[in-house]
Order: sequence, then C-alpha cells, then structure tokens
Amino acid sequence: MNLVMALEMAAECHPQRIAVSSGGLHLTYSDLLTAARAGAEVIRDANVKYLGVLDVNSLVVPIALFAAAYAGVPYVPMNYRLSKIELEALLGRIAPALLISDDPVLAPLELPAGIKVMLRGEFQRIALSFTPEAMSAPAEPHDTAIQLFTSGTTGKPKAAVLRHQNLMSYVLGTVEFASATEDDAILISVPPYHIAGISAVLSSTYAGRRMVQLPNFDAANWLRLCRDEKITNAFVVPTMLSRIVDHLEQERGSAGTPALRAIAYGGGKMPLAVIEQAMRHFPGVDFTNAYGLTETSSTICLLGPDDHRSGFDSHDPLVRRRLASVGKPVPTIELQVCGERGEVLGPGQSGEIFVRGEQVAGEYLEQGSLLDPDGWFPTRDHGQVDEFGYVYLEGRADDVIVRGGENISPGEIEDILLEHPAVSDVAVVAVPDRQWGEAVGAVIVFKENAGATDTELQEWVKQRLRSSRVPTAIRYVDQLPYNEMGKLLRRVLKQQFADRMS
Amino acid sequence: MRLLKAGTRARCAVCDTEVMVVRTVPAEVLLTCGDVEMIAMDGARTPGSHAGVAAAQLALVGKRYVNATDAVELLCTKGGKGELAVDGESLVVKQTKALPSSD
Repeated sequence: MNLVMALEMAAECHPQRIAVSSGGLHLTYSDLLTAARAGAEVIRDANVKYLGVLDVNSLVVPIALFAAAYAGVPYVPMNYRLSKIELEALLGRIAPALLISDDPVLAPLELPAGIKVMLRGEFQRIALSFTPEAMSAPAEPHDTAIQLFTSGTTGKPKAAVLRHQNLMSYVLGTVEFASATEDDAILISVPPYHIAGISAVLSSTYAGRRMVQLPNFDAANWLRLCRDEKITNAFVVPTMLSRIVDHLEQERGSAGTPALRAIAYGGGKMPLAVIEQAMRHFPGVDFTNAYGLTETSSTICLLGPDDHRSGFDSHDPLVRRRLASVGKPVPTIELQVCGERGEVLGPGQSGEIFVRGEQVAGEYLEQGSLLDPDGWFPTRDHGQVDEFGYVYLEGRADDVIVRGGENISPGEIEDILLEHPAVSDVAVVAVPDRQWGEAVGAVIVFKENAGATDTELQEWVKQRLRSSRVPTAIRYVDQLPYNEMGKLLRRVLKQQFADRMS
Repeated sequence: MRLLKAGTRARCAVCDTEVMVVRTVPAEVLLTCGDVEMIAMDGARTPGSHAGVAAAQLALVGKRYVNATDAVELLCTKGGKGELAVDGESLVVKQTKALPSSD
C-alpha cells in the first residue's frame, strides 16, 4: 500500500483531466504521474533519508509529495513562517535530506550539514522535462509516508509520523474513487505543511477533483479565485472564514460565487457567530465541519450540511446547539470519552476523547506510539458526546484548569464571557494560585467603544456558571496572540500571567 | 495468490484487473479473477479474455469488493473483465455511505 496508488488510479481512469492549477499553469493527472516519477529519480539520485519542502503551495507540492512516495523516503513539508533558528533546528533533525525551497525563506538560513537544496523552479523544471520508465512504488504499508512537525504551541515541535497505511485508509474510508466530475474544483488555501493541506491533495486526487492553489490567503483573492476558477469546493480554517465574512460585510455585496457548492472547515474552534454569518452569505452552500488531528491522518468527525441547516433554522436549543458540535465519527473511526482513571463515560459526561481506527497513527518519532494495547489513541482533546451521538469539544486537555482538584475547561467560561455585550474576544487560562494550586485567569478584548469592569465580568460569569468558574485574575488587551493558522497561543498568555505574579 | 495480507497487490493473469487487499483472514485463500488464480504484480501473464462474464460481474476500478462475512475486502485498482472470487465465493461490491467532502 502506497500513496501513489491514488495517483496511479486517477491517471489510469482520467489521464487528461486537470489535476492541479496554480498561477495559470495546469497539470493533468497523466502529467502529475509522470512528474512524480521523474521527481522520484531526482530524490533517489540525491541519496537522502528525507525530502523536505519549505515553500508555499505551488505545482511542486503535489509533485514532491508523490515523488517522495515513489522514492520511498518520508515527505516533510515545513512551516515557512517559523523563525530562522527554529527552521535550522528542524532541518538538523531531518539531515541528510533534499530540501526544496526558495527565497525569501531560504536566503537567511545557515543550512545544517547534510541538507542539499534544490530550488523550487529547478525541481519543477526537471520533473516536467522527461518521462521516466514506468516504476512501481515500494509496497510496504508500514513505511513512513509523511513526517509532520507539530506547531509547537505547547513546547518543542514533535515529529508526527504518518504511515502509508494510515493515510490510505483515511482516503479509502472517506472518499469515493472518481466521485468528482470534470467541472469540480477545490480551492486549497491551507499551507502545505498543515495536515489539511496534505489530505486535500490525497482526497482530491482519489476523487479526481481539480485542485486550485491559493499560495497566500487573503479574503479578496480567495473570493476572486472562487469566481474566476468556478470553484465548487473549498476547505478553510476558522480564521479564513472569519476574514471572508468580514470582507463580505464591508463590501455589502453578495459573494457572487454561483459555482460554489460546499465549504468544509476545521483546524480550530469555529465561533458560532462566524458560521452563522457565513451561512447567511453563502445560502446555497453545503457546510461541513471536519474535526481531526495531524496524528489521526486528518478528519475523524464530521458535522454535515443537513445538521448545519437544521441547526441554523431551528428554535429548539438542543438542535441549534449542534452548530457548535463537530458532528459524529466517520464510519471507520471508533470514539469514546474516558475519565481520569480510564473509565468509559456515558452521554453528557466530560472527559478525554479517545479514538481508534486504521487511519489513527498516534505516533511521534521521538516518543514512539501513544496507542494503548487495544489501539486507542488519547487525543488530548476534552469533550463529551450527547445522547444523539454528537461530539462536543471543550478544549485541549493540557489547557484544563485544575482548581483545588476540580477540573475546569476554559471553553465553557470563554463561551459565557463572549456572550457579554462588551466582549469581542476572550481566552481563559490557568493562573498560579497559592490556595487552590490553579485558578481561572481571563484575557479580554473589548469591542470598539465598549468596556466593563472586573466586577461586572465576574458577576456575569457567577450568575451563569458555578462560583469556581469566576475568573480571579483578568487582563485587558488589544488582541490575543494567534499563530498564522488561527490557533490561540495559550502558552504565551499563561506565561504572561505567571510573569506578572512572580 | 494464496497468502494475502493487507496492502498486497495482485493482478489477473488473463484480463486487465488489478486489486489491492484491504482486509483478509489469517489463512491461505485462493484469490481468483474469472476463475483464474490471480498473480503477483510482476508475475507472467497470458493476456486473453475470460469466457462468459456478464456485465454485472466485471471488476470496476475504485470499487471495493467483499465476501459475505465481510472478512475479505479488495479494492479494484484497475478495471478488468473478470469476476473476483475468494475460495470460489463470488465477491460483491461493498455499499458505502457517501460522506460530504471534508478536505
């Protein structure tokens, strides 16, 4: 089993269909297959252990992904927004490697020993310049296909290992082969180093859907590409959808994207207000919430279009609440919620979410497998499943505040504070406390020309939740620290509280 | 082919059919296409056609084929004109629920 099987099948079934469009250039599935095989020869000749890609989305990304699989070396897409020091450290961890990159990210780097660079344009030129003899890819399903460095929001980036069998079982379990038509096109605006950027290439190839790349996201260009390329499908992270909605509100116009049929989103918590606004701006569009992790080869739960519509239209709070859910596990995934002693919890009880299935890799290069003997993977996400089977997330297990032995998830307090008319954004984190060990700290961003006192906010929470949930320390800031994918950097906020109190 | 494991690929010795094993039983099984034993991907073929194959029995690319107990599952990676079977039991197309596109 090997990732290239998806490409070989697509190239066999519809060789002349366009596989990928980027900046006015197009490759058919047949072109992509030939280029991947040629790229594999380049990688083999380099005699390396890894193929690194430190670059924005371009035609080279899908070529390199499949070329590495043909060559039998792990593909390592890297975050070009990291600092010089961080990148040099990560490169040191994959040497000896062939690195595809380009300026401006490449120029300042002092490359560690064992890193051979090939510029993006050079790799593309060679990969498209000749037709190698047909080759067969290594067939060992347990080989590492992709190694992804986690974003490191809670510490040093970990190297997550995804094997061919994990990724292919995800694709086979969630995508119907050749289910897309010639007119289907997906807009890929997530960067290549994100698991959603990888699954987009694999799923689109298997479905036979044309990929259109947007290398640097901004709302105006996203909308322009949707119109110009007659995009039918898109995947966005919450920050992107929020910016698209803001852009449309400012323009006071309609989205003007008649071809667009489906928007999937994931990669972080979606604010209720944003998804509701998005559904108003894109009335005919099917929305799908996809919850997944790098370690699970992408999506493990889905909230589909029907649940979005009924949640949006309903006045029943139980149905309406589903808009805030991540839906139900995909058919090939088992999910359970466990308490602190590992006991399986029932509906409505909060605990840590565990998942099991062939797509679940749950493995890091340094730590090895985190799966328990029965194959269950601890996601480190806190949440619960309701009586209808819908999964609700309540934040990362590492973010849970332990106040005098009581577990408090920041999410419920954040949701309440967000309902306060003066508050536009909020983060709740643990702060050190002499009496309780940890206490509740809140960082608040006010709306323009609005404000409230500590006491007003504390009273607001006290009236709606238990008194243990009331923030004892409150700070006010102009904006919260997010990384480029819209992930809140809680570590930074916790540190700021700790620094102030020491 | 008789000793199968998940991920193994096989082809028909006669028609174009190619498959990948998605799931199998921990025992020797006889994998056939059009009643002819399937072979390794680099095995020697004698191209031809199977006799008496109805349209409904063709191996279709992208479809998954299972036996009655669901213990053996194959993915057809290249379509051909033969009926897939395991130990003489004809395999049928697995019915899957279509999911909304999530990436």
